[in-house]
Amino acid sequence: MNFRLLKDKILSKLMLVFTLASVSLLVIIGIGLYYKSIPIIHRLSWGELITSSIWKPLKGLFGFFPFIMGTLWVTAIAIIIALPLCLLTALYIVEYAPVRVKRILTPFVNLLSGIPPVIFGVWGVLFIIPLIQIYIAPHFVEFSTGYSVLAGGIVLAVMIFPLIVSIISEVLRTIPQELKDASLSLGATKWETIKKVILRKALPGIIAAAVLAISRAFGETIAVLMVCGNNAVVPHSVFDPGYPLPALIANNYGEMLSIPLYDSALMFAALLLFIIILLFNIISRVILARLERKLAA
Amino acid sequence: MTQTPHISVQHLNVHIGAQHILKDININIPDKKVTSIIGPSGCGKTTLLKSFNRLWDNTADVKITGKVLVDNEDIYAPNAEVTHIRKKMGLLSQRPYPLPMSIYDNVAYGPRIHGIRKKQVLDELVEEQLKATGLWNEVKDRLNASATRLSIGQQQRLCLARGLAVGPEIILGDESTSALDPVSTAIIEDLFISLKEKYSIVLVTHILRQARRVSDYIIFVYMGKIIEFGPTEEVLLNPKEELTKEYVKGYIS
Amino acid sequence: MKGRKLEELFFRVLMVLATILVAGSFFLIVGTVFFKGFHYMNLDMITKTPGGGFYIGKEGGVLNAIVGSFYVAGGATILGLLVSIPVAIFINLYMDGKRFLSNTIRMAFDVLFGIPSIVYGAFGFLIMVYFGIRASLLGGIIAVTLLVIPILVRTLDEVIRTVPFELRDAALSLGSTRWETAKVVLRQIRPGIFTAILLSFGRAIGDVASVLFTAGFSDNVPTSLHEPAATLPLAIFFQLGSPVEEVQGRGYASALILTIIVLIITILSDILIKKFSKHKI
Repeated sequence: MNFRLLKDKILSKLMLVFTLASVSLLVIIGIGLYYKSIPIIHRLSWGELITSSIWKPLKGLFGFFPFIMGTLWVTAIAIIIALPLCLLTALYIVEYAPVRVKRILTPFVNLLSGIPPVIFGVWGVLFIIPLIQIYIAPHFVEFSTGYSVLAGGIVLAVMIFPLIVSIISEVLRTIPQELKDASLSLGATKWETIKKVILRKALPGIIAAAVLAISRAFGETIAVLMVCGNNAVVPHSVFDPGYPLPALIANNYGEMLSIPLYDSALMFAALLLFIIILLFNIISRVILARLERKLAA
Repeated sequence: MTQTPHISVQHLNVHIGAQHILKDININIPDKKVTSIIGPSGCGKTTLLKSFNRLWDNTADVKITGKVLVDNEDIYAPNAEVTHIRKKMGLLSQRPYPLPMSIYDNVAYGPRIHGIRKKQVLDELVEEQLKATGLWNEVKDRLNASATRLSIGQQQRLCLARGLAVGPEIILGDESTSALDPVSTAIIEDLFISLKEKYSIVLVTHILRQARRVSDYIIFVYMGKIIEFGPTEEVLLNPKEELTKEYVKGYIS
Repeated sequence: MKGRKLEELFFRVLMVLATILVAGSFFLIVGTVFFKGFHYMNLDMITKTPGGGFYIGKEGGVLNAIVGSFYVAGGATILGLLVSIPVAIFINLYMDGKRFLSNTIRMAFDVLFGIPSIVYGAFGFLIMVYFGIRASLLGGIIAVTLLVIPILVRTLDEVIRTVPFELRDAALSLGSTRWETAKVVLRQIRPGIFTAILLSFGRAIGDVASVLFTAGFSDNVPTSLHEPAATLPLAIFFQLGSPVEEVQGRGYASALILTIIVLIITILSDILIKKFSKHKI
């Protein structure tokens, strides 16, 4: 009997250690990246690092502004494309689609979420780049290789489809049928009910989905890197190439230890990503948790 | 029962999945009276009520056959227009479900949808319906506050006002007082009695005393079938059917 | 009246179109990869390592990357399970009455789940530098393990929560210790554990950014933990960058192979999830 209790006690302590260790990963990653970024932060200060546009590692000049802007452009394009499409899709799946159609649709959203980033990249190179270069860009600009923030945005948009659709659908499903019935029995059409009641009720959830999708898009590396041109200049149109932060890290890790301060600069890029994504994730998770609690009550 | 019925149900069958919930229902709901549907839980009371304004349309696996005539118009006819049908009936559900907007907007929601835009007309309508449900004095100073801030009893009356604002002919109540405190329950019951001058009212309830207090007619449903239908006193005090007798005495529940 | 109907119709059409686009993008992607990759596919691809260097050599296949991927994804999933099973058990069985704390831990894993793989890669690289590990199979496994732990914990946690309280209480009231109860619960959720393994494996095998700094790259099948190892996604990325047409073609064929592997894993886990939930309800 004593042995059993002892075993339980020891195992419980062990599990506690595992749990704490893996949770504290969140803090350790932040500290580790910050520690490695200290040399460059000391040299150039946060303000200069973030606002300067000059990127000449060999001369010790590290301005992250073009990369930050590249990330923002790509993410903004992705979310502008994906959010309305996914909202409409989720509404269709939850509110309109017959059971049979629902049963067919759900696996595809699931399968799409399983496809690895590099495959999205390959698809971008094979499909989106020519599409932009030959069919879209000529209507707007004189010349484009197709490798642009637009290409990055489109590929990213498709990558975040499953995430947004599944979160919004889940939020829509939590809205009580009686509330919909209340609106319907006043003679509202289904669309009027959606527009005036359901969307209003689901708004926090939709915002949370968008924030989560933004943070996913922020950190996506390889697929974007393959299609957005990687030119360290601030983009001025959707057909300009861009150079998002994750691509910067991935493309230059090889020289990391050969150029002074370069490793510190790249770790600073990772730290920036980490901080932004951490904040966004916490915000959206808190919104979603609140929503869940409110509906459970 | 000489007057023309307001709702006439003919050979109504409802299946949900493999279950046969309502079996060959035939009933005439009288005009400008309160009719209560009573019966043990799970007997199909609510199903019957919801089939009056086609709220099953949005549920998968539900199959409905037969006719429901409202003002001699079959609401399940292929060319029937569902929003027009629903406008004729106000629904008061078990728990109040205020729409996620202000008190004013809740009442104005229906009229706005049906094309009333003029502020003055809406103001009058809102005031009229809030007065009809006795809510006006309690909320007139905070019409723009969120409807969810009201007490449950107030919310339920707001939902009633909201339903009345679209000018229905029929009020459907689905155990509308089951979530309320005794005071609110009494208020709602009194409202039903006073509203029957203008509206036909159909209530689902599992409280026999409530049925007796408010209703003129009673429908007793058991296992998906209508067992007995008649004036309240007759059904409750002198039931013709053995099953009704047992239910009224409390043997079946 | 007419306007209302028209608006309803308009948005309905819009919704159907959006749905077709979103669901159709899957076919578009898989179709493109199949169409392009099939042309370059041959038996050598999966039976031989690249001849004459992965970047310029025209011969051979990507056996090194296939094996490397399985090693990395498999190793990371096993290591990840060793950590995440105790964590999931702890949150669910040992933290009774500490709802706030356990929910905070859950949220921490949700947030960890959202951290991009490039950050895990960078952090993995820091660990390796700290411990003096060179880019190798071991390094790759460590970085990918960090990546899959949140996935495993979240999935296991969800599965354990489907176990009825009555079962736990029954075990506890028979005088079992919490650990003995945990064993009962674990037996109960075995299919759920498989689902978690598949999800984690699927994510691990497809990820590039985490292995970029940590696993290195090699034309040979790794024979020890300390050798550098190629992985499929990385092989695709590198081969597509080659100026040689045959190598690019191998990249497309590799993309096809990876897509097939991942699709099989996703479909399997889908089936398992369905079966599992059928068991429960």
